[in-house]
This record gives sequence, C-alpha cells and structure tokens, in this order.
Amino acid sequence: MATKHRYERPMIKRLESNMPNKFGMRTEFEPVTHIEGVAVSQLAEDYGSPLFVISERKIRKLYQAAKQSFESRYPRVQFAWSYKTNYLTAVCNVFHQEGSWAEVVSGFEYDKAINNGIDGTKIIFNGPDKSEDDLRKAVTNNSLIHIDHLDELYMLQEIARETKQRPKVAIRVNMDTGIYPMWDRFGFNYENGQAWDALNKIMFGGQMDLVGLHTHIGTFMLSPNAYAIAASKLANLAQRVQQKYGHEVKYIDMGGGFSSRNTLKGAYLPGVDTNPTIDDFAEAITSALMNSEYRPKTPPLLILETGRALIDEAGYMISSVIANKRLSDGRRSTILDAGVNLLFTSFWYDHKITPAQEFTSYTEDTVLYGPLCMNIDVVRENISMPLLNKGDKVVIHHVGAYNMTQWMQFITLRPKVVMIDPEGKPHIIRNNESMDTIENLEQIPDHLAHFEL
Amino acid sequence: MKIKNNIAVSDNGFVFNPGSGESYTANQVGLDMLNMLRKGEKSAAIISFIAEKYEADPAVIEKDLNDFSETLKQYHLSQHEEL
Repeated sequence: MATKHRYERPMIKRLESNMPNKFGMRTEFEPVTHIEGVAVSQLAEDYGSPLFVISERKIRKLYQAAKQSFESRYPRVQFAWSYKTNYLTAVCNVFHQEGSWAEVVSGFEYDKAINNGIDGTKIIFNGPDKSEDDLRKAVTNNSLIHIDHLDELYMLQEIARETKQRPKVAIRVNMDTGIYPMWDRFGFNYENGQAWDALNKIMFGGQMDLVGLHTHIGTFMLSPNAYAIAASKLANLAQRVQQKYGHEVKYIDMGGGFSSRNTLKGAYLPGVDTNPTIDDFAEAITSALMNSEYRPKTPPLLILETGRALIDEAGYMISSVIANKRLSDGRRSTILDAGVNLLFTSFWYDHKITPAQEFTSYTEDTVLYGPLCMNIDVVRENISMPLLNKGDKVVIHHVGAYNMTQWMQFITLRPKVVMIDPEGKPHIIRNNESMDTIENLEQIPDHLAHFEL
Repeated sequence: MKIKNNIAVSDNGFVFNPGSGESYTANQVGLDMLNMLRKGEKSAAIISFIAEKYEADPAVIEKDLNDFSETLKQYHLSQHEEL
C-alpha cells in the first residue's frame, strides 16, 4: 500500500495585495521541534502537557553575559537574584552557583533564601511588607534591609534599641527619571526631600549602619537613560551624606526592571529587535556613577537586582492544541491547553509562539485561546499560525520570568516544571499539582460534611 | 454544495474569481476538496478520497470539510443553493 501523505487541514485564503506589510515582519511559523536538544514531543510525552521547561545552560549564559557587561565597565559589581521573578529552588540555586546574592521582598521569600542556604549577610531585604518578626530575623542575620517607609524605619530603630544590635540598612529612593508612569509608591521621594529626610533620621539616630542606597525605577524599562538619571541622583545623595557626616555608603543598588526580549502589547516591532540590551543599561548606569561627584576612597559596590532579563529567555512553555474553531466573523481560533492561569505574562506581551512540528508554508490569522471557561483567557489576540491540528504542540517562548510565581491555581491544576541541564538531561524541578494539593488545605465543618440531592 | 462555474483553479492552488477580481490561495488538501466540489462530488465521496490519500480520521476530515465549505461560502465562491 502506498504511503499516505501527512494531513493538513484544508485552507483557502484571500490574497490581500492591497495591504502590504510595511514592517516586513516575518511570520513565526518556523517550527521549534527541540529545546536544548530534547524533542518537544518527547518532553510532552514524558512529563505531560502543558509543561514549563527551563534551560539551565541559557540561564548561565544570560547571567554571565550580563555580569561581563557590567564588570567590563565598572570595578565592583554584584548581582542579587530577584526571588519574585522565579523562586523555584533549582532556578535560584543556578544563580547562586553563579555568584548571585538573594533579593527578597517578603518574609516568605526571606525564609526561602535562608532555606536555600544563603548566608544572611548576602540577602537584600526589599519590599513594603516586613513584619517585626521578619525585621528581627534580618537584623540578627546582618542582612541588608532596604527601608521602604518611616514606620519601618522607626520599628527598626526600636529593635536596634531593644536588642543592642546595629541593623545594616539602605533606603529605597523613588524619583523622577523622565519616564511615565513614575513609580513613587515605594520608598522615599528624592525630589520632595523625603529621601534626604530619611537619611538624616538614620544618621542622627546613630543606631543603624547606613550601608547603601537603593532604587527600583520601574519595570520592563525601555529607556537606559532613565537609569543614568537614577544613578546620578543616588550618587548625589551619597555625596551629600559624605559631605555632611563624613560617612561613605558602601553600595549603590540600582534595582531591576531591565526589559527582556519579549514584545510588549501594542509595540510595532518585535522586542528582540528594539528593546535595549544589557550593554545599553550597563553603559548608562556605570557612566553616570563614574561621572558623578561622589568620590569615596573605594568605589561603591554596584548592586543589580536584575530578574526578568536573566531568566525570561530561558523559559519555555510546551502546550497542545485542544481544538480548532471558527469565530462568527470567520476568524480562525485555536484553543490551547495553557492559558492565562499559567501565562500571566500574556496580559503584558505578545509572546512568540512557534509550532513544534513541521508544516507547509500556509498560515492563517488565528486567535489563540487558553483552556479556561473565562472570556479573558486569550494567549494571543492575533497571530499568523500554520494549520495546527488537534493534539499538535506549540512552544511559547520567553516565559521564564514571573509566570512560575504569578501563576494561578484557577479552574485547573498547575503542571510540572522541568529543567534541562547543560548535558541535555531533563529534571523535574516542580511537580504537578493534584487534587490532594488543593484539598489538603481545606477543612469541612461537620454540618457541611454531608448532603442529599 | 456547488462551486461557481467561472472560478479558475490552477494546479498549485491559485484560485481566481473573475466575477469579483479576487484571488485566493489554497493548500493541497483545500485544493483537492475544491476540485472535487467543482466536479459536483458529494461529501461522502470527498471524505473517502481524502481519507484514502492522507493520514487522517474520516471524522476529522468531515469536520474540516464543513468548515472549508463555510469559508468558500463566505468568499462567495459557491453557487446559491436552491431552497
């Protein structure tokens, strides 16, 4: 019997010769059949679909490239892994093996860093919500506490007084860097004098060691110049402290917020072509610091809390086609088994999505929906996709940041996360949830234990 | 379903409607279905032909043929059905 041809669903498409694509954008239908040498189909068979896949090799490569960008421009650089971006232990430990400290924003994340084996002195404690217990622990461990508001400052002074310990602190400074929206809800404002006021309170109080200055100006920043302005303003504050008190701050922490290669919704061109590179941010920050008037005996340590730009590209989501439908206006829609419950970032980005098997060159404009019975569950509003069949696999790219921390246990359970090591061997780093995961946390009052219908 | 008589279809899937001046492109499975519809073949014969030529389940082919026929109607490539 003759071999049958591969079936592709029938397609006819009107040729729109009057609407050329002025940007000459390539449609993303080149298949990605393997991730780090492992077949996507094999990963889905072995670990299920949907599935998060993280490339350890890629994380290390991104980290080393970023480190080199800064260290080739400035003598003293330290990265601190932003736990909220992805706090799976295996991921954190790759960064810690590379030399990253930990940057945490809650008591939970602080404890996680301690559980991961991080020395307290190498934990940066940010965030507006630090309980008294959290602060006492951080003070005892000599962690670097970044004060967010005056209530926290006074609480720390009280702890210092009571325990006779000297907390190592910095203040978080918010400021106008020429970008919109300006983040002013965290820390103390530079322009209206709040930051200077907080610094004076610390220095006059004499109970805490002012070791650094911190800022975090925004998220997914597309303007390196905003960082240059921020670095100048922090250096200016450091200089004023030096002038007034003869005290040198030991570090300047520029926070995070560097954009990754993702494409923000509404952008005309793909992020991979237009977003600034780590080199652009490094050049802006280090130049501003070195050009400032702040001249301590030892150059301040430059701390970076980069999260997204170091992990986004290392994360992939494998998803399967559940069904194809046609909408009332004739548009094609495809339902995937991964939706906004797992891909929180699809609210922000037009994720690059590629099929995981070979296709012909025919494509259809498609709406990609997730599996939830909720209207908001849209993975891509409009994407040119090959003619996918039920059961086909797709790879969703650049999903390493925030998805594995902001994902929701909503309507369905969360899947496995697999990390592929540099030798190409996959390891489960987080198991899938089961009914027990959810029900073990619940308790039923006796009077609600039974019912009859 | 019948396809309009004046629709021109090339061997490589280029479709032209001289009535509207619109051009279309079809993939191989679409081309096979379109050519059989032009010959006036019934759904059952088309499904059986496609199932013989391609690796696909007849139920899937039937679903896709219905969807394809709807698209042809939307593009005004089919004749008005007699009521």
